[in-house]
Amino acid sequence: MSTNDNQIKHLKREILVRITEAFLSGDFEENARKIPYAMRPKGCEVDLRCCVHKERAVIRDRIVAGLGYPIEKDDECTLLSTYAKGAAEREKPDEEILTVLQGACKGCVPSTVYVTDLCQGCVARPCKTTCRFGAISIINGKSHIDSSKCKNCGMCINACPYSAIAKIIVPCESVCPVDAIKKDESGHARIDFSKCISCGKCISACPFGAIHEKSQIVDVLSRIKEGKNVVAMIAPAIAGQFPYPVSKVRTALLKIGFKDVLEVAQGADVTTLTEAADFKERMNEGQSFMTTSCCAAYNELVKKHLPEIKPFVSETGTPMYYTAEIAKKRDPDCITVFISPCSSKRKEALDNPNVDYVINFEELGSILVAMKIEVNNLEDSEFETKSSKEGRNFPLSGGVAEAVKSALQYQGENIEVMPCVINGLNKQSIRELKNFAKNGKCPNGNLVEVMSCEGGCIGGNSALIAQRKAQKQITDYANEGGPVVKDSIEQK
Amino acid sequence: MEKIEVEICMGTTCFIMGGESMQELASILQRKYQDKVNTKGIVCHGLCNTDCQYSKAPYVKVAGDVISEATVDKVLSAVNKKLGEEA
Ligand code: SF4
Ligand code: SF4
Ligand code: FES
Repeated sequence: MSTNDNQIKHLKREILVRITEAFLSGDFEENARKIPYAMRPKGCEVDLRCCVHKERAVIRDRIVAGLGYPIEKDDECTLLSTYAKGAAEREKPDEEILTVLQGACKGCVPSTVYVTDLCQGCVARPCKTTCRFGAISIINGKSHIDSSKCKNCGMCINACPYSAIAKIIVPCESVCPVDAIKKDESGHARIDFSKCISCGKCISACPFGAIHEKSQIVDVLSRIKEGKNVVAMIAPAIAGQFPYPVSKVRTALLKIGFKDVLEVAQGADVTTLTEAADFKERMNEGQSFMTTSCCAAYNELVKKHLPEIKPFVSETGTPMYYTAEIAKKRDPDCITVFISPCSSKRKEALDNPNVDYVINFEELGSILVAMKIEVNNLEDSEFETKSSKEGRNFPLSGGVAEAVKSALQYQGENIEVMPCVINGLNKQSIRELKNFAKNGKCPNGNLVEVMSCEGGCIGGNSALIAQRKAQKQITDYANEGGPVVKDSIEQK
Repeated sequence: MEKIEVEICMGTTCFIMGGESMQELASILQRKYQDKVNTKGIVCHGLCNTDCQYSKAPYVKVAGDVISEATVDKVLSAVNKKLGEEA
């Protein structure tokens, strides 16, 4: 990870800490208004941008996103205090989950192909002959690309024997698996929400940190302050996210003011069993493959871009779905907060009346910092229901397919499970899925596990710990869990 | 020769503000300097708790000197400097 990425994370997190501090201070509106000035006081050194005013303006935009509002609709003259007030009072979070900071995005050049100084002015001119659009001409002995004719195809890049032609890529555009984000004429990236699957890849890719999730921390803190029964549901990926045991993280959440903490791995166990039953039925009916349905970004992909694969997608709900159901059954008036590494879960939560809010690991961490909670010094606390090994392994690529396989094995079912793991959604894996749907079969297995993030949920955009380490921590924690079937039978 | 002590803060504030690089720091130091440095993890140097000092986290101490807003590069160059002084 580069220093630059760390700087952006530091900045994003500092803003979340300051918003939380302002909220806790007793005068939220006034202190929220002051954040840009506190962070860039009069006469301070400016290291990132041209001047202190520009820096404050970009920080202000980040705060708007941190308060849960879209920058796209911001008129730049609404006071932060007005936003803060609105955030603390609003009933429901905003619809779309992402927003692009225009001020931060401006510095990044639109995608262009251009000829560098390395051009030797050779006689062969393979670039000129390769270009199918007649965009290349010779000026002063060197090749020149006419941008009005260039279609950005990149053919000339491969043709040049000196590697003299280069392409500037737009990071967010190039990682988006569904072409949902594009720089518009004014140079600002815009997300087309009718295409966006909320995968969060653009958030991690942008070197300017211009893409923000609209945070719901203020909503959550407000409900806690109102004394509501706010329940935290922690995604199994959390086991890999802190250098402290999950039992201490649980205590930390109680200290923040959550009344109870449930492991979403508990819901994952329901997912496993339901999915195993679904799989068995489909195989017995002669269907050639089934795909999993636990990744929210994949579910959005199916809805918006791949309806043809729908008949092969399991009908099973996600672990979050079942966990929220358990929580609301116990107390219909409780407020459920899903804590996850994933931006697409926000989208899923908006469509599920049982999930009230979502905060990510970064936001949770920032609340801990603001409240000065030293997790390592806390006592351990126990979960009421212990989840299984399989459920705890869900956030690792391959974990869901493995869980279904072991469930069927425990049940003594004689069905062969051949997992085909799609580890990360990108243009190529989407094409593969399309082919499975078109041909009605998958050549590599009968249980297709799809996860949008590489490595599984631990690769989510708000992850705090490097993947390999996270993976080890999760495996260790999972090994403390019991087998999925035994536990769930005991529950009944 | 005395080993140089590098104390990496693993407290909540430094961990959250530090990003992933601080977690890799220990192994990078190990690989690079082997027995010339002695790396240890500390739970909170107590530096993060005063007014807004979290914005300068993460903190790492190299032979007792505090490095604020620590990055892998900053720590490496501090260690190099110390090694140079001793040689
Ligand atoms: S990567 Fe995309 S969002 Fe980020 S600055 Fe460039 S165009 Fe804007
Ligand atoms: S969240 Fe994913 S789908 Fe949406 S614009 Fe970003 S990269 Fe594209
Ligand atoms: S957490 Fe590092 S100094 Fe306090």
